Amino acid sequence: MALLRLVPDNTKLRFMWLRKFSFPLSILAAIASITLFFTVGLNYGIDFKGGTVIEIKTEGPADIASIRSELGNLNLGDVQVQQFGADDEVLIRIEEQSGGELAQQSVVANIKAAFEDQNVEFRRTEVVGPRVSGELARAGIMAVGAALLAILVYIWFRFEWQFAIGAILTTANDVLVTVGLFVILQLDFSLSSIAAVLTIIGYSLNDTVVVYDRIRENLRRYKKIPLTDLLDRSINETLSRTTLTSFTTLLALFALWAFGGEVIRSFTLAMIFGIVIGTYSSIFLAAPFLILFNLRGDGKTPGGEDAEEPDVDAEAAA
Amino acid sequence: MLYFARWKIALIALVIALGAITTLPNFFSAKTLQSWPDILPTNKMVLGLDLQGGAYLLYEIDKQDYMQKRLKTLVGEIRTALREQPRIGYTGLGVQGEGAQVRIRDLTKLDEARERLDGLRNPLVNSLFGGQQVYEFALSVSDDGLARFTYTEEGLADRMQSIVEQSIEVIRRRVDELGTTEPNIQRQGSDRILVEAPGESDPQRLKDLIGQTAQLTFHMVDTTMTAQQALQDRPPVGTIILNSIDDPPIPYLLEENALLGGDDLVDAQVSFDQRTNEPVVNFRFNTAGARKFSVVTQQNVGKPFAIVLDEDVISAPVIREPITGGSGQISGNFTVEGANDLAVLLRAGALPAKLTVIEERSIGPGLGADSIEAGKLASLIAAAAVVIFMVLAYGRFGVIADIALAANIILIFGALTLLQATLTLPGIAGIVLTIGMAVDANVLIFERIREEARAGRSAISAIDAGYKRALGTIMDANITTLIAALILFQLGSGPVKGFAVTLAIGIFTTVFSAFTFSRLLVSLWVRTRRPSKLPI
Repeated sequence: MALLRLVPDNTKLRFMWLRKFSFPLSILAAIASITLFFTVGLNYGIDFKGGTVIEIKTEGPADIASIRSELGNLNLGDVQVQQFGADDEVLIRIEEQSGGELAQQSVVANIKAAFEDQNVEFRRTEVVGPRVSGELARAGIMAVGAALLAILVYIWFRFEWQFAIGAILTTANDVLVTVGLFVILQLDFSLSSIAAVLTIIGYSLNDTVVVYDRIRENLRRYKKIPLTDLLDRSINETLSRTTLTSFTTLLALFALWAFGGEVIRSFTLAMIFGIVIGTYSSIFLAAPFLILFNLRGDGKTPGGEDAEEPDVDAEAAA
Repeated sequence: MLYFARWKIALIALVIALGAITTLPNFFSAKTLQSWPDILPTNKMVLGLDLQGGAYLLYEIDKQDYMQKRLKTLVGEIRTALREQPRIGYTGLGVQGEGAQVRIRDLTKLDEARERLDGLRNPLVNSLFGGQQVYEFALSVSDDGLARFTYTEEGLADRMQSIVEQSIEVIRRRVDELGTTEPNIQRQGSDRILVEAPGESDPQRLKDLIGQTAQLTFHMVDTTMTAQQALQDRPPVGTIILNSIDDPPIPYLLEENALLGGDDLVDAQVSFDQRTNEPVVNFRFNTAGARKFSVVTQQNVGKPFAIVLDEDVISAPVIREPITGGSGQISGNFTVEGANDLAVLLRAGALPAKLTVIEERSIGPGLGADSIEAGKLASLIAAAAVVIFMVLAYGRFGVIADIALAANIILIFGALTLLQATLTLPGIAGIVLTIGMAVDANVLIFERIREEARAGRSAISAIDAGYKRALGTIMDANITTLIAALILFQLGSGPVKGFAVTLAIGIFTTVFSAFTFSRLLVSLWVRTRRPSKLPI
């Protein structure tokens, strides 16, 4: 016998009614994210901006202030020094130097020389020149765009067009809000962040598709139930699965976040946030979106409030 | 859905057993593996540079530098061609932008000049487009006597291709001499070379070795005036001023045309000067080089000449006696390592063009080991949490899902080992994520079974319907994730690619273990227990 239920059997929550709140909320969040993206901007890592990242391990606790002042004397432009994980681990970021590819190379040599008299372990060195960073940025945008398009086509192929549009709107919302999180927390936005975003896209669609699958099945089975009720019913039927899967995925991700090391912490954080958003959107956005697109093809399921009233003619037509 | 033919059961068991056998070597040391019988696989998983430590260097060929250098040689060729008897008068010979040009003075000799210059266009051997000969350069001669060479598109592409190939060869020879690691050197795109050296945590020496063009040349020192004078006034035609590697550098006035080049070298070795005990580099010429060297030294006894490496004068000795044996010595205040590296560079030959590092990532062995430990710990905790949770949520069926999960993890490791795919830190993250999501298929199935049971079906029929109905959903859900993973793989460089690989492998193993294998387990359970009530 199961000892634990996240969601009781036979829930009858009125998600379609809740869209009065979830739609404005999500639109607001999306607009806020876009605004933040264009005003504050992402904290691009060296993958996209070029520059140098060096991770060092000092003997005993690191004196961040003195490292900072020492590196400040090297005339390397913007230098950020921060603790990274344990107190003897330090991450140094140096902005891209003007003067082309060769100028980047001298940075590492300069910094190594600065630490020569100290017993410092160089754990990681990454230098990305201007040419590569530009290419990576292009490739990243292309990848997200291509992923959305490919999935749109797949869902279009497997479902009706309304589902495809709904899925893309839902997913686009997830991506936007996740980008918003990157802006707010000023997380390092790197290649692995693109990987995180793509994974979130995959996961969120996974969730959405499960709900849509059920809606499609119920549409075939119950031809007389009003669309709002049918959507509500479908979401409720899949609710237990949606939350359970999100829960196990989050369990795994939290383990990774807590124990997986500093290098992938922001990657995992983005993913955790994305799973939460993805779960929210597949429950509160994905299905309600469908009501906007005249799903039963009878022209009588408008997107307004009156759609919640059963429409006898419409059912007969369906 | 619950009936399995014998052969199907055998096949499923076989797949899992194969997965287990291929995974097995990862738990043993390389030494133990040597003693294993030959039929057992001994391949281990390939760890990415971020896990085992190492250096990743992306080089780009300096196209401009190459083009300018090549044009300079072309100018020399044009000069020689026009000076041949009978001479053709010219003016304004030189490199202009991305071409070389010359103006023929006597327009009546234009056809003759054109004929001679045509021969310099350099036909490309291996690129005959549609039976038509393609040249490296295009030559245009206008009626007012201006002849201009420009690169053809195919010519440049062809040159870049062979430069990349030659460079890879030279880099390989140089790096092999280091002997520390087995680096992976490969072409990337049209003008890039990727060098991955596992275990090399400080790539400075590697970069020093690869970054040098190592063009060795021998020049006579021009003694008509001192370098100081030349710097103040104007150096005589056909001379150049180059600095020595000393600190502070000493300028030398040299004849621009080299007597001999590094191409004529056959060997270079480090030894120690018997008097000063300083490290020196001994070199030996091939027959042609030895003959040239012998003639030159005979003619110039008592005069200084300079040994130049990439526009730096390493040493400028005076020729005391003719050197006829074809061997010589470079002494230039070397350290042992410096002399050694020079010998390596001379043996490996010069790079055909300058290479620039455009991306560098190196990870120390300490961080790599820490990442592996962290990854292991996180995976174990994630797996334990999910396993416990599934039992709590689904009781006996949860145990079945957990067994399927174990099989899944074994299969992922087995597939990674079998494909020799590179495991990176994000790759481990992909595995952890798969652990979390793998149970999704089982959750879908079990929820469906519950629903069917609530709708009044008998236990067995509910299970059957649960599996049947969940299949479509499972496929749809996994294919969408697979699409994202494939695109990630396309985009991916290094670590991100590793993530995409484990994610994609995870999808296949998940569908197999969570759907097929768990169904087999349920069917075996149903057959032995014949339950009338569902335990979920």
